[in-house]
Amino acid sequence: MSRRVRVALKVGVWAACLVPLAKLLYGFWTDALTANPISYVTNELGQTTLRLLLISLSLTPLRILFGWGWQMPFRRLLGLFAFFYVCLHLSVWVVLDHFFDWREMGADIVKRPYITVGMLAFSLLLPLAATSTTGMIKRLGAARWRQLHRLVYFAAVAGCLHFIWLAKKVRVDPWVYTAILAVLLAVRAWDAARRFARRRAGGRAPSSSSSSSSPAAPPRAHARPVPPR
Amino acid sequence: MMRLKDSDVTPEPVYLNRRAFMVGAAALLVAGGESAAAAPPEPAPLKATPNPKFRGEEPPTKYESATTYNNFYEFGTDKGDPSRLGHTLRPRPWSVVVDGLVAKPQRLDIDEVLKAAPLEERVYALRCVEAWSMIIPWIGYPLSVLLKRAEPTSKAKYVEFTTLKDPEQFPAQKPGLFGLGGGLDWPYTEGLRLDEAMHPLTLLTVGMYGKVLPNPNGAPVRVVIPWKYGFKSAKSIVRIRLTEEEPKTAWNKAAPQEYGFYSNVNPTVDHPRWSQATERRIGEFRRRKTLMFNGYAEQVASLYTGMDLKKLY
Repeated sequence: MSRRVRVALKVGVWAACLVPLAKLLYGFWTDALTANPISYVTNELGQTTLRLLLISLSLTPLRILFGWGWQMPFRRLLGLFAFFYVCLHLSVWVVLDHFFDWREMGADIVKRPYITVGMLAFSLLLPLAATSTTGMIKRLGAARWRQLHRLVYFAAVAGCLHFIWLAKKVRVDPWVYTAILAVLLAVRAWDAARRFARRRAGGRAPSSSSSSSSPAAPPRAHARPVPPR
Repeated sequence: MMRLKDSDVTPEPVYLNRRAFMVGAAALLVAGGESAAAAPPEPAPLKATPNPKFRGEEPPTKYESATTYNNFYEFGTDKGDPSRLGHTLRPRPWSVVVDGLVAKPQRLDIDEVLKAAPLEERVYALRCVEAWSMIIPWIGYPLSVLLKRAEPTSKAKYVEFTTLKDPEQFPAQKPGLFGLGGGLDWPYTEGLRLDEAMHPLTLLTVGMYGKVLPNPNGAPVRVVIPWKYGFKSAKSIVRIRLTEEEPKTAWNKAAPQEYGFYSNVNPTVDHPRWSQATERRIGEFRRRKTLMFNGYAEQVASLYTGMDLKKLY
């Protein structure tokens, strides 16, 4: 990918990620945040978080299914934007909705499953955001870092549960997010199972403890040589 | 499996695919709730005498808020849907049937409904089960006027309200994909005990803010029961039926453990998923405490003496 294309893509992703915030600011400016702005803004920020989480979780499945790689560098950016929006979401709840009434919020976290699970989703994202820098990857080591960042699956599941539990039963949209997440996770599970099976087939006579270093093991998708066009 | 250096993984991409993906991602981000901005057509003025007993201590909610922030699932689940799509409802011609356990079943044209009693204006608080509230100057008269006209028999114990079912006028009543409409079991029905329905606070409502009832608010005729959560106050009513058995109600059918038959505003009985102790008054910043029976305890508490309101929520 040429440098210019890469920069253009990056600018595009940044712009797209800032659109929801811009929409809310414009709505605030033009007094178009409905009659109940706090509730509206909370909901918009929450849904934007979920959308960004799902988009960031869709990049690897795209690689698995189509062998694309150009999108992979955007996982960090998209993930961090998801975290940015969840921070705004939570701040609106703390500041505008409950106005620092810690007692009331504490009671809600304990008593209301949708808030409990929402808080859980947020706390799962915290270590991921904290270790998102290249320096942290080096410090943790790629393997451990990767393991840690699998928490994002649980965060996404908790996020969907949060939405399902807070919405009225007849609403469809929480289930749309959940269905998309299920597909995305299923693609990964299928890929992992496939790799595991291949590794077993190729590693019948393990000469070393590390099966992945077995010469029969197929190369990982991302390491696949790029076919010439 | 995960590498962050973007120089690593760069298969020769198809430009269109990238662009399509980014456009798709952007569209996904842009999509989602739009604000209700379009002003609905102005309903005709409706004269009414203010009832001094219900002048209201607090200023009414902005008319624009009261007509653009509504739960009226016949138009969709978004609060902006009723004002955005409300024009599809035709409030005239319209008639209301009063039947069931009555000596004189009625079929009233909307004009007869409007003339059945002198119209009065009453400022009531409206508390939604979602913990927000408004102050609304309604126009109407006590429902008891209409019920008495039909002469309920001694067997009648309950009143059932039925909202119009017509997918042409209520778009969300159309069956959805694979039956996943995301809607309620149409038509919308609600109910009251007969003594609740006969209570002087229960208002048969045909207008608000000095105007004919706007479509998003349940045109042309609805009930308003100010001490109960908003969903009890059925909109766009076509039938009022008196029954011996407790009527099935739409929300109770959808989620029985969450929405009971009584659904009185009660700060001490939480919704299973959220607290009902506080509410946000539309137009205000801080939450305020929710009052027992939405502030009408003096008038209605006696209806429920001896009842366990935690069980009969």
